Amino acid sequence: MADSHNANGIFPPASGASLRLKVGLAEMLKGGVIMDVMNVEQARIAEEAGAVSVMALERVPAMIRAEGGVARMANPKLIREIIDTVSIPVMAKARIGHFAEAQILQELGVDFIDESEVLTPADEAHHIDKHAFKTPFVCGARNLGEALRRIAEGAAMIRTKGEAGTGDVVHAVQHMRQIVREMKALTVLSEQELYAAAKEHQAPYELVRMVAQAGKLPVPNFSAGGIATPADAALMMQLGAEAIFVGSGIFMKERATPLDVEKNPREREEAMSRAKAIVIATTHFNDPKILAEVSEQVTGTMKGLSAAAIEESQLLQTRGW
Amino acid sequence: MKKSEAGPNESPRVGVLAIQGDYDAHAQALREAGAEPVLIRKPEQLAEIDGLIIPGGESTTFLKSLERDGFLGALREFVQTKPTFGTCAGCILLATEVTHPPQTSLGALNVAVERNAYGRQIDSSIHTAATALPGSPLEMVYIRAPRIVKTGEGVKVLAERDGFPVLVEQGHILAATFHPELSQDRRVHRRFVDLVRARLTRP
Repeated sequence: MADSHNANGIFPPASGASLRLKVGLAEMLKGGVIMDVMNVEQARIAEEAGAVSVMALERVPAMIRAEGGVARMANPKLIREIIDTVSIPVMAKARIGHFAEAQILQELGVDFIDESEVLTPADEAHHIDKHAFKTPFVCGARNLGEALRRIAEGAAMIRTKGEAGTGDVVHAVQHMRQIVREMKALTVLSEQELYAAAKEHQAPYELVRMVAQAGKLPVPNFSAGGIATPADAALMMQLGAEAIFVGSGIFMKERATPLDVEKNPREREEAMSRAKAIVIATTHFNDPKILAEVSEQVTGTMKGLSAAAIEESQLLQTRGW
Repeated sequence: MKKSEAGPNESPRVGVLAIQGDYDAHAQALREAGAEPVLIRKPEQLAEIDGLIIPGGESTTFLKSLERDGFLGALREFVQTKPTFGTCAGCILLATEVTHPPQTSLGALNVAVERNAYGRQIDSSIHTAATALPGSPLEMVYIRAPRIVKTGEGVKVLAERDGFPVLVEQGHILAATFHPELSQDRRVHRRFVDLVRARLTRP
């Protein structure tokens, strides 16, 4: 199976109950869509559309990009309201290196913490020591070395960074292709060559060896960053993603203006149509007939911003080390 | 479409509902337990299999997808007669009654299930406990697990946690609130594959 990931093969019982439970929840989210939501009504729409999880945040990446300023963890009150609203797992973002924000999120009962480059980094050298938490973490990566460094720190799920808030899938594609290509390349190396490979990837030798043997990451590998349409979701799944994060793609109208899902029934319906279509497309990513059908049902798409037009210094994906 | 033709000595073809969830882990467990896994994403595929596993994942997401193309109706019919094994979200789907919050189900297993009853991810845990299966106590991985709060007629309890059933069997239906597919012990999957085989040999 192209979309196969053996939950049991790589992290055996010896690796500890905590890590197995963290990766276990990531396993349950596979084949699903995790949607960014900014209020209770959006969370309701996401759950009703079939999202496997919601990411609670105050501003989606498109708004952060348009409005600027320091982007921080969402207000705990908002997170609590969303937790009380939906029955599916709730994720929330902490700034890179901001372990105090992560402690607060764990205390709130958040099910997964995203140590995210979308927020303004709090530490320019160190990511959070994720082993110190009971709550699982997801982290972004642009290449295999970055993914393995995050796993070494305790991440239980990796996602491509892509370029968040653009609606342009090009960088998610680039990152997924690079991670998959680098994993394939490891599988043909001899045992002796793996030491130098670990040095090249700036990643722990033990993890490099695991990937060389299994041909895949030891944790689920999801995709995020610019996915805006059912076709985008299907593309990432066919490239090897095991699930999809959608940020600004569902609830945004213009780049800095969300659809009014609370007061405008037509705009609520538009958000619902996008959300439903992306969920179905993620399950049936290999079935063009169904993809055509669900794409047809979508009314309107986020306007988007070409990632190539963004200045290097304005990219979110270069945050994290 | 090819009908399943597995004889008593061949590997039975067992479907794994692959809308979403840990279907790959189940497929691997089935291979280790001597069955041939088939990922099921469309109602017409149900004709190709001798039994079905409904995996862990989000039961709300499963239901959304099943509401398309008459899948829910086809599946309801399938689970009335064909061996089916549900874990976690799969157990919720098989139950006759679901609470917290209430939602529709397949109604094949005579139990009431409360969703997320053991708490959030922070409360997920691994236990080892005695079961009615032969051999030593069994490792049980619970992830945001549901609780079987009531069992009705014909339901055999094979294991419990704090006095509540966690592994139950009712004729051709097997269900667990934990995730045997995330452990290395294959006794639960073997029991299900045996159940599928037993139905194959029946005249």
